[in-house]
Amino acid sequence: MTVEMLGARIMAPYFGGSISVWGSLITVFMLALSVGYLVGGRLSTRNPNPKTFALFFIGAAIFSIPIIVFADAIMRPIFLTIEDPRYGSLLASVFLYFIPTSILGMISPYSVRLMVDSHEHSGHMAGLLFFVSTIGSAGGTLATSFYFVLWFDVNQILWGAVAVLLLAGSVILLINYLLQNSATDTRVSGYEKQT
Amino acid sequence: MKNKLRLLLPFLSICGLLAVTQSLVAAEVIHEEKSLYRDINVVQTGDRRCLIFNVHRGDRNQTCVDVNNRDELIFSYTKMSFAGLLLTPEPKKILIAGLGGGTLPLAFNDLFPDAQIDVVEVDQAVVNVAKEFFFFEENANMSVSVNDARVFVKRAGILGEKYDFIILDAFGGDYIPEHLLTQEFLGEIKQIMTEDAVLVANTFSTSRFYDHESVTYQRVFGEFFNFKLPNSGNRLIITQLDPLPPRGNLTTRAQSLAPSLEKYGVPLLEYPNRLSTRVDWDMSRRVLTDQYAPANLLQGN
Repeated sequence: MTVEMLGARIMAPYFGGSISVWGSLITVFMLALSVGYLVGGRLSTRNPNPKTFALFFIGAAIFSIPIIVFADAIMRPIFLTIEDPRYGSLLASVFLYFIPTSILGMISPYSVRLMVDSHEHSGHMAGLLFFVSTIGSAGGTLATSFYFVLWFDVNQILWGAVAVLLLAGSVILLINYLLQNSATDTRVSGYEKQT
Repeated sequence: MKNKLRLLLPFLSICGLLAVTQSLVAAEVIHEEKSLYRDINVVQTGDRRCLIFNVHRGDRNQTCVDVNNRDELIFSYTKMSFAGLLLTPEPKKILIAGLGGGTLPLAFNDLFPDAQIDVVEVDQAVVNVAKEFFFFEENANMSVSVNDARVFVKRAGILGEKYDFIILDAFGGDYIPEHLLTQEFLGEIKQIMTEDAVLVANTFSTSRFYDHESVTYQRVFGEFFNFKLPNSGNRLIITQLDPLPPRGNLTTRAQSLAPSLEKYGVPLLEYPNRLSTRVDWDMSRRVLTDQYAPANLLQGN
């Protein structure tokens, strides 16, 4: 959500601040998330493990970096070729945000699989997970739009988000490593709820 | 009988009150429209017809016209925009960002019929209302693009188009388009200015935001004229690419131009003395950039 809130800001210099820019942005985020959910769910059926889970965070972090480094390089040619800012912003959103957002979308279904021990608890765990992730989204939205933009540059906030994702991925890897060392039979159960 | 009267009395007094308020406030809402960006109201009081955005939040009038004397400009900030003529007296290509009721472009078109006037307005509904209720018309030399000003200016820059008179008047209503206030945007504006062009920006005179904005304009243009009138909440920034001319030149120009502006009610002769280059803002404030432009948050503080 932090990235989404900043997304409009990043695109405004090229495509303006009109409502269609927000429309493009939200559309692409929704599409990316839906693809992410699908792929994440599918991946969770094949040997679900914390390492893959951690890679989602790290992957999302890495694919967010182009938003910071190549934003102008991506938006400029689109601005030059597409005159209508509606389609320009739609295409720019796809290039900038689709990959990192869909990777983030994989986290939710995958973590349901990792956290669920039995069928009876699956609804409960899924509910808890949606709760945590949606609260997190609300917090990210509020903090970004009320405070972060007042305190930091857009790129500083984005680097912050990248750092948080990398940290989350590393923590998961670390805990996994420690657990594997301390016990021979590591049946991983819900210890990581970050989104 | 007495009982009946007692029952009737509140009813009668309400009727009386309604009659009184009706006669006192003859303002009539003649058009209401919700656009994607705002609520648009057209209100007429006697001969005066006004465009109001977001009326429920008590916004000021955007534009007013006297329907029987359409030439006369009513708002001081609209008149103040003509101070740009003191720097560039004969514009040939004019860009106006923000249409409002269209009174400003109409007056410029009337005054300089041969000049090409491009108006950029983000909200189609505003264009419709200006045409339907405020006598705005496009013609061979004046056209409106429904587009975001930033997009328009960036594209004009790439196409190599130049303007010698640019008016930024896109800051009406209570939402500030943050991407039209940044150092980068002003840089793009610079790109489309001819060597002798003037930039007139109708902006904010209050809040912390005044400081940030002043610092930003100063960074891009160096010294600028800060134009405020005692009874107006507006301030205009007037600047050009070259160093600013001495006040004597402005006074001479005002004298030669003033007669042609009389019919619009523009008191041009008063303006040269009001154009100030004094720094009356906090110079330590941060420059607004595409990376940092929390204009709407700053406005509230």
